[in-house]
Amino acid sequence: MATDSAQTQIHNIGYRDYDGPRLGRAYARRSLFSQSLRGAYGLGRSAKSKVLPMILFAVMCVPAAIMVAVAVTTKANDIPVPYTRYAILMQAVIGLFIAAQAPQTVSRDLRFKTVPLYFSRPIERVDYVLAKFAAMASALFIITGAPLVVLYIGSLLAKLDFADQTKGFAEGLVSVALLSLLFAGLGLVIAALTPRRGFGVAAVIAVLTVSYGAVSAVQAIAFNQGSPGAVQWLGLFSPITLIDGVQTAFLGASSSFPGGHGPGSGTGLIYLLVVLALIYGSYAVLMRRYRKVGL
Amino acid sequence: MYNPTVARLTYRALLGRRRAAILFVLPALLIVISVAVRSFSGADDQVTADLLGSFALATMVPLIGVIAGTGAIGPEIDDGSIVYLLAKPVRRSTIIFTKLIVAIAVTMAFSAIPTLIAGFILNGNGQQIAIAYTVAALVASIAYAAVFLLLGTVTRHAVVFGLVYALVWESLFGSLVPGARTLSVQQWSLALAQRIGENGVISSDVGLPLAVILLVGVTAAATWYAGQKLRTLKLAGEE
Repeated sequence: MATDSAQTQIHNIGYRDYDGPRLGRAYARRSLFSQSLRGAYGLGRSAKSKVLPMILFAVMCVPAAIMVAVAVTTKANDIPVPYTRYAILMQAVIGLFIAAQAPQTVSRDLRFKTVPLYFSRPIERVDYVLAKFAAMASALFIITGAPLVVLYIGSLLAKLDFADQTKGFAEGLVSVALLSLLFAGLGLVIAALTPRRGFGVAAVIAVLTVSYGAVSAVQAIAFNQGSPGAVQWLGLFSPITLIDGVQTAFLGASSSFPGGHGPGSGTGLIYLLVVLALIYGSYAVLMRRYRKVGL
Repeated sequence: MYNPTVARLTYRALLGRRRAAILFVLPALLIVISVAVRSFSGADDQVTADLLGSFALATMVPLIGVIAGTGAIGPEIDDGSIVYLLAKPVRRSTIIFTKLIVAIAVTMAFSAIPTLIAGFILNGNGQQIAIAYTVAALVASIAYAAVFLLLGTVTRHAVVFGLVYALVWESLFGSLVPGARTLSVQQWSLALAQRIGENGVISSDVGLPLAVILLVGVTAAATWYAGQKLRTLKLAGEE
């Protein structure tokens, strides 16, 4: 018997261990975040999927540019629409954006069962949820913040009062940041419940527009029937009126509720608590949703 | 022209499991609001007309039309299982017609019936408002179902485009540009409601004859074109 070990080896196809650097969990989380954020604007995807987010982005920014142009040429004393008011006016566009992009961020992973592949990487459930949440919120912050930047730059070009404009701009940014977190949370929760993109889109838009339609209709009725006190409490039941209430109470905005009956700081605190509870709640629901998924 | 098997499959796709939930939520919300408003302010014709006009006809009917119309065919095209249906010896126009009937039935059931109930809750059909808006919802259901079914065969993003039409075109442009109202299913159906409601509580921007012609024309054209699209359907992979 030949006992030489080199001869007992039947075949050596040259497998080697990987000994390069391992990029680890933080890198995987960052990649997931940037991929999701790019995906929300269709970057790195097909040309067809860029169309809708880019159109919506343009629709958000063009009115701001027009307002600025008018303000500059007519030498107005102030920009026509306050910073905090802009997102409220354009809420239909924001709603369409979150409705179109939240399902594509999470539903496709569920439908094509790619979620287990993510979790075969060194990321945990919390990383996946946080990365998706942060990406969606950032995408919304970009689309809601960009027109404010346009307004701000324009107002400085028009030589409006610097301190005044900066304060308004900062308040507007805080407000749209809250709005982005709230909408991203709600949109992702609804989208994560269905693997069907179409149903996700319809459900998100239904929640956003129907709740707003219902709340504003009932508010108008309450106001006309002579109980304006009820108006500020009714605003607690739809996402956009929640944001409106918070910025009316704390960020110096004028309310778009009927008759301008926005909440004062006492009720505003409840508004703020509800917003924060909804944001945290949607994070908790997402964490629960992904505890057992795709297997 | 009507194939019971296709109809049964479509009903199950539309109303199966959780999908029906979203269809139930909207009518339930309408009725809850009606009860709240009635107990809040009593029967009032103007409030009734406002609520049914702004919430039921302008928000609920288009949304249910989008869900039912695109949901009748969109998911099947999306996941490619439509090929099994197309491979059967059933005419494409029959498939579209059957799916249209189902979509119309679902839209009517989930929009017109709650509208009628809400109208009766709000003011007990005073000045025929409940009946008027119910007829409007019935007519609008037909047109919306046909248009959104067509969208479902034309584009993969049917729901988004349907919502853009329902929200941006009908609500936003309709309120800003008067001409846009002539091309709005909502106004056409309001023309009928205007005829039924008494004392001009309801008003429409389109004359009745024009509205009827447009309604019939759009429904027929959308159904025919959807059949044509289905004959030459290309199954694309997921983008």
